[in-house]
Amino acid sequence: MGNTSSMLTQYDIEEVQEHCSNTFSQQEIVSLYQRFCQLDRNGCGFISAEEFMTVPEFAVNPLSQRLFRMLDGLNFKEFVAFLSAFSSRASLQQKVEFIFKVYDTDGNGKVTFNEMLDILRDLTGQFISEQQREKVVVQVLEEAGYAKDSLLVQADFMKILGNSGLKMEVEVPVD
Amino acid sequence: MSKLNTSSSELDFDRPNIEDYLPSGSIQEPHGKLRLRDLLDISPTLTEAAGAIVDDSFTRCFKSNPPEPWNWNIYLFPLWCLGVVVRYGLLFPSRVIVLTIGWIIFLSCYFPVHFLLKGHDKLRKRLERGLVELICSFFVASWTGVVKYHGPRPSMRPKQVFVANHTSMIDFIVLEQMTAFAVIMQKHPGWVGLLQSTILESLGCIWFNRSESKDREIVAKKLREHVHGADNNPLLIFPEGTCVNNHYTVMFKKGAFELGCTVCPIAIKYNKIFVDAFWNSRKQSFTTHLLQLMTSWAVVCDVWYLEPQNLKPGETPIEFAERVRDIISVRAGLRKVPWDGYLKYSRPSPKHRERKQQSFAESILRRLEEK
Repeated sequence: MGNTSSMLTQYDIEEVQEHCSNTFSQQEIVSLYQRFCQLDRNGCGFISAEEFMTVPEFAVNPLSQRLFRMLDGLNFKEFVAFLSAFSSRASLQQKVEFIFKVYDTDGNGKVTFNEMLDILRDLTGQFISEQQREKVVVQVLEEAGYAKDSLLVQADFMKILGNSGLKMEVEVPVD
Repeated sequence: MSKLNTSSSELDFDRPNIEDYLPSGSIQEPHGKLRLRDLLDISPTLTEAAGAIVDDSFTRCFKSNPPEPWNWNIYLFPLWCLGVVVRYGLLFPSRVIVLTIGWIIFLSCYFPVHFLLKGHDKLRKRLERGLVELICSFFVASWTGVVKYHGPRPSMRPKQVFVANHTSMIDFIVLEQMTAFAVIMQKHPGWVGLLQSTILESLGCIWFNRSESKDREIVAKKLREHVHGADNNPLLIFPEGTCVNNHYTVMFKKGAFELGCTVCPIAIKYNKIFVDAFWNSRKQSFTTHLLQLMTSWAVVCDVWYLEPQNLKPGETPIEFAERVRDIISVRAGLRKVPWDGYLKYSRPSPKHRERKQQSFAESILRRLEEK
């Protein structure tokens, strides 16, 4: 860890803080930078798949591949912005927006039946058949008043998840 | 750098359940009818992933913590410079001389003893043991090792193995200067490998190769043979399988605990006051590590020989290993983490992910049935 190429200056920290809409304190950003440098072993400015997979807790997570696709090639500023949804200072809207982005793999602002099916497949693996999965998604969609071929937008997600006491917080260890 | 590959499944059947150790507070057992919000709410899984990205207990075990710089002051800095001059200009050359003298004495006694006394095995072995203890004392002197040994010295009895926590290859040297153990080690390249195949071989040391999966059975057999031999040197095993940074202990491999003999735990704790003895094999070669030790003031450590343990009735080898790990960790003030040290070299098996998927799938199916 001692061979990090640059230390963060006050300007850098403020720039990153602005970019993540002040969801992290300056101390937390410094800690995140140390962590970023620790993971980015070859010092190329972003964390590769191999480097992420050296964290066993991350590698065993069912959504790790999906998250990695979103994290691939991000520099430190974007890395902090990515994690901003997990800060205790993030608003509910930011958290729901993050979840929406995880579902919306093609990034067109609409979540389809298949995209929901994809996430359910990641979470359940081979322990449910494809038919049962479809049945589950159709059933819950109908119950909530959506047809099978509905396209959900972020506002829908906000309506569904908005008043449920969503808990999605991670504490950044500060030395 | 070695490429990460998925560990073979046989490495995982003997692991205790990691889920027992990982924080599970975020995943509560959901009840009631399955609704759309339950399906869309992937926040627990996402939180776990983000938590692992931000900080994880595995990487912490292998982090070398740099010492706090203390020479940031107008009068402390010249003092530090003087220290550097003394360390590199005075101490280092005299240590190199001491070590060279030690090697000359050792080699000039070892080869005659080894070849001339071929017929008188008992005497030869005793002399060789004494000589190895001597060269290890020279090594320890070359870093000005201040080693305090606590507890009764190990006695040479059959059917016993010694286990210790592992911080660096110098653990072996520190323990060897007291008692000539036979150790089981990874085969290294370079000059270390040469030493391994010549001198350490005569002590009865056993080699393994981490990258070969079939190696495990061969090594297990060799271990069993060694332990049951009457006048073999006592066997020292580092069950963590890899060097850890002396603040944590990783999971002990059960191989040492299913040999059917008494296990004598040894705890080693290094004091980082002058130098950090952790050998970060990903960052330094062993030679660089030794040079770093030889140019510091001293290596200070404590060694505790703890009470021998036996397998309790009804205890599995894994539980036995965990119990001994607990004893060592408490004595040396180390924290336990539930990870396999070999995850440094390979990815976790898909079994853990599948377990999570299975429990989620079952909960979904169950709630689908509820009305």
